[in-house]
Amino acid sequence: MAISGVLSLLPIVVAVGFFTAAIPISGAGEYTIAGRIRHSRAEGLSGNKAPFKTLNIKVILNAGQRVAFVRPDGYFAFSGIPAGTHLLEVVAPGYFFSPVRVDVSARLNGQLQAFLTETRRVISEPLMFEPLREEEYFEKREPFSIMGLLKSPMGLMVGFMVMAVFLLPKLMENIDPEEMKRMQEEMRNSPAPSFGSLLQGRTS
Amino acid sequence: MAKGPMSTPSSYAAALVMLFPALFFSLCFSVYEDQVGIWDWHQQYIGSVKEAAFQTQGAGRKRVVVATEENVLASLNLRSGEIYWKHVFGDSDNIDGLEILLGKYVLTLSQQGSVLRAWHLPDGQLIWETSSLSPGSNAMLIVTSIDLHTESGKGKLLLILGDRHLLGVSSVDGALKWSIESKELSDNGEMNIKKIVQHDEKSIYGVGFLSLSGFVVWDIDAKTGHINSRDVITHHQELSMNDLIVTESSVISLDRDGKNIVWISLNQQVLQIASIERHIPDGKGRPHLMEEHAGNIFVLKFKNQISLVNLGSSNVPELIQSLQDHSIVSLGIALPGGDKHALSVIQQVSEDKINVHIFMEEGDKIKVSSELVGSDIQRGFVKKAYLNAYTRNDRSHGFRVLVVAEDSSLSLLQQGEMVWNREDGLASIIEASTAELPLEKEGVSVARVEHSLLEWLKGHWLKLKTALMVASVEEAAAVQALRLKSTDKTKMSRDHNGFRKLLVVLTKTGKLYTLHTGDGRIVWSSFISGFRRSGGKLTMLKLLPWQVPHKHAMHENPVFLVAAKVASEENKFGLLAWVDAYSGMEINSVRLTYFIEQIIPLPLTDGAEQRLHIIIDDHANAHLFPATDESLQIFLEHAQSTYFYMTDKEKGTITGFAVKGPQTASPLSPSDGVLFRSQQLWTIMFPSDTERIVTTATRRVDEVVHTQAKILTNQDVLYKYLNKNTLFVATIAPSGAEAFGETSPEENWLVVYIIDTITGRILYRLKHSGMCGPVHAVFSENWIVYHYFNVRAHRFEYSVIEMYDRNRIDNKNMLQFMLGKDNATATLSSYSHVDLDVKTQSYFFSHSIKALTVTSTARGITGKQILVGSVGDQILALDKRFFDPRRTAEPTQAEKEDGIIPLTDAIPILPQFYLSHAYRVEGLRGIITVPAGLESTSLVFAYGVDLFYTHTAPSRIYDSLTGEFNYALLLITIFALLIAIIISWILSERKELKEKWK
Repeated sequence: MAISGVLSLLPIVVAVGFFTAAIPISGAGEYTIAGRIRHSRAEGLSGNKAPFKTLNIKVILNAGQRVAFVRPDGYFAFSGIPAGTHLLEVVAPGYFFSPVRVDVSARLNGQLQAFLTETRRVISEPLMFEPLREEEYFEKREPFSIMGLLKSPMGLMVGFMVMAVFLLPKLMENIDPEEMKRMQEEMRNSPAPSFGSLLQGRTS
Repeated sequence: MAKGPMSTPSSYAAALVMLFPALFFSLCFSVYEDQVGIWDWHQQYIGSVKEAAFQTQGAGRKRVVVATEENVLASLNLRSGEIYWKHVFGDSDNIDGLEILLGKYVLTLSQQGSVLRAWHLPDGQLIWETSSLSPGSNAMLIVTSIDLHTESGKGKLLLILGDRHLLGVSSVDGALKWSIESKELSDNGEMNIKKIVQHDEKSIYGVGFLSLSGFVVWDIDAKTGHINSRDVITHHQELSMNDLIVTESSVISLDRDGKNIVWISLNQQVLQIASIERHIPDGKGRPHLMEEHAGNIFVLKFKNQISLVNLGSSNVPELIQSLQDHSIVSLGIALPGGDKHALSVIQQVSEDKINVHIFMEEGDKIKVSSELVGSDIQRGFVKKAYLNAYTRNDRSHGFRVLVVAEDSSLSLLQQGEMVWNREDGLASIIEASTAELPLEKEGVSVARVEHSLLEWLKGHWLKLKTALMVASVEEAAAVQALRLKSTDKTKMSRDHNGFRKLLVVLTKTGKLYTLHTGDGRIVWSSFISGFRRSGGKLTMLKLLPWQVPHKHAMHENPVFLVAAKVASEENKFGLLAWVDAYSGMEINSVRLTYFIEQIIPLPLTDGAEQRLHIIIDDHANAHLFPATDESLQIFLEHAQSTYFYMTDKEKGTITGFAVKGPQTASPLSPSDGVLFRSQQLWTIMFPSDTERIVTTATRRVDEVVHTQAKILTNQDVLYKYLNKNTLFVATIAPSGAEAFGETSPEENWLVVYIIDTITGRILYRLKHSGMCGPVHAVFSENWIVYHYFNVRAHRFEYSVIEMYDRNRIDNKNMLQFMLGKDNATATLSSYSHVDLDVKTQSYFFSHSIKALTVTSTARGITGKQILVGSVGDQILALDKRFFDPRRTAEPTQAEKEDGIIPLTDAIPILPQFYLSHAYRVEGLRGIITVPAGLESTSLVFAYGVDLFYTHTAPSRIYDSLTGEFNYALLLITIFALLIAIIISWILSERKELKEKWK
């Protein structure tokens, strides 16, 4: 994959708790999970109504424990996180992101190790997340086509009728005239009115 | 099936998706984009506003930014109340401070003051975030006009004051400039600075108390946070620590008994005293200083009134006006251009009238103006008010007031009129139910039918044109408009398919709303008057259908029972109210003498189709409603077999009770119900050191099951175990915190139980090691689906449990079953021997979820869908066939015929599975499903901060032509056939004639 090439082009995000030295940390944790969300295309795929906008994206830590919003450059951060294994879910309308398992190491002073649970791909710092796929919520409407129309029940009905009109007389032609005469005789004699006699109507 | 050597399960799932698109297609009920809005609607709300900031200066669009109790930050159009953008913060991320900076940025202080964020005002984009602040509790955000120059740009100094630190923050990037710890200011470590006021371009004043008998004013350098000086002004009497306001020029407080106003001028630093009694003779009781002030105007709140006082240059407090009645004071504002200040007071004159007073300070003069505005009784009293000023063409000042009412609705008042109103109470729905609409009146005029026939034909002609791609753009738009605006779906009467219903919802504030399912409009809304002013903390409990028009009570209106409980320091009690679903009229309301623990609707109704309910109080007594002789008679027949159970999550017990005969001889007290005692039958105690109850689930009371047995292709019969008195309980390890970030698999487990609630017998127990909560569960028919977190794999999981009755398996013969010669109709008893055949299976799932429910249909024939409220606030419909414990990796031919899907280790999520398609139900809390009249269809209503309603057809629509069906094409086909017949007839005629001439 060309991911690494892309990464090197981008300014590298350094996940540092900005003022950890100056201010006592609130909460139990002392580490920061920071990362960046990016997408190679700024525009959505054709047909995708939700362009990739950082403004609609949220990052959710541990099934709703904390929610982070994303800066225009895709950067997000959770601070005051205890060491352990955490789960990040990225919510972006129209895009599917794999949940990410993030290990915050206490031994290595808060070093992050991330792991996409869907594809089992390991990512290391700086964390960079990309959507796995775009989501198209709507069924695509098939464009109008003659074949489609013909395939519909009504189309088949019309088709069969056309066939009957043009092919059946052809079949009739192949029948021996004497045989034909005999059949017509039979039809006249039979009590039930057949389709043929109906068509002939008053003439008979 | 083609399993192949796939390396990872997810790629296996992906491959499966690619290999069997048709299979998955059949599993979802997807929508086309142009179908949006035909059956579904989506409404956005924000919740009860608690902070507001206006942006009305400059050329841009006029906006008001609000923060709400539901942790929503939103920017609204000030002219219409529409939402420009909104963000829903996390559950613990309460917004404490909200300010607008330089007309371009919105600043929010949240999570007990620890997170400061800056947003771009026009579009709501986050600019920066600082999240490691710790000012301590009660933090407030102050924007100063002090310029800061840093490397990254120019900005203003922001101050955050809490009870541990005073922080100076740069508005450019949120970087901390300086901080002052409380220890630096006093010996006892308490934050002594109570109020902050900007002094000049270089310094700020911090004001606090010197123990009890004086003021301290710190002069702090704004650039460095260095304390320049500390001035102490002592007073010979003790001061009231709770009353302190700082205006631009003075510090005002009261003495300890509230007898005198004590103030110092910040310039002269001389202490002055004035007697309250002398200046405000009509005030009763001990006054308090209200936080709200404007310029030199401040407000004293007495027991009976509020008094506005001007502390002008004369240095004598001067009473401006006293207002009785319920009055709300807005924060004071500085008027654009000049040293003018204003403050507004909203006085509730009567239930439906409010008086808007504006107090404007112009130099030493105070201008008072009042406007009487009508308000809706059903909105309740005004709760909060925010004032904003604008400059009229003639340079005078005009005012608008944003008003939050008791029902959380938000409205803008301007020039004595309400400009707009938002029903934001709907963001806090706690219960939802549905009622049938009245039957259609007979005798519809012929003209209307003809008109609609013409419209109908025209509509279909246009539809045909679009189908054949010959319609112009305008025509296509007309078709779309026609489909969306179909008057048929918004009628106030019952329809044949049962799609039109009334959604009755109960909100946190105690207000009921009814929405029409057709377009989501509010039919009526009303406060339950019996619940208001009940004293103490009011909690809404339940909304239950009391009377459903049916059989011999066909023409009665449906009635709902609303239950609430009040807990105050003195006592706690329950409240009940009966409300007519068509008019919103309160039929009756009672105040109970006991507390409501539980309300159980019984499967019994009286002659007027009123459902019998028993209310369980906190002493486990049962009270029967309605308290009539008739209902008592009906109930007594069944009283011996009435059981109930109570779950105590804190103690970790589930206790079963039986109802014991009526307690009193003439027990009919209509307001309290008929009292029955109960007898404890059994108790299940979960060991508190190893298990903690997190979730329970039962079957829906109104669930309809079509068939008791499942007939397999190989002619085997599986009998479902359909005991209604089964309870699903999930417990987790008590140490396994809800936060699964820090736990290890070894110290987590999830145990699930299936319990018979009559006998207390545990029918089934399953332990999942290494799993933790949060657990969501849904119980329907003979199966339970539950969602939890797998700590070991670090993924979410679903499990399904299906219960089959092995006792009845002896008559396996399908023929016998079809002829009705089996024991399927035998009475099911909890006391009889149970031999359960339990099948389970687990699957991975990508995401955490917020809600879990199942579709319900009128007769229970249609398949089921599991509806999931996803982490992204969408509604995902997953076919029950994904949750079938009989799934295997390679199903046999017979199993495939049974509709068994090959087993995958994860439940696939296709974007087309989202019922809410591109919409988000922000802050999703619950989903309810209601059967439509049409068997194939289930109605779905999801609520949170937003509302969403749609239809779903789990097995596709098989019993009705869809709206997509093209009648015009059918007609044209018939015409084409007729023409073809005629032509062929003419042709055959001619041919025959030719033959005859030969």
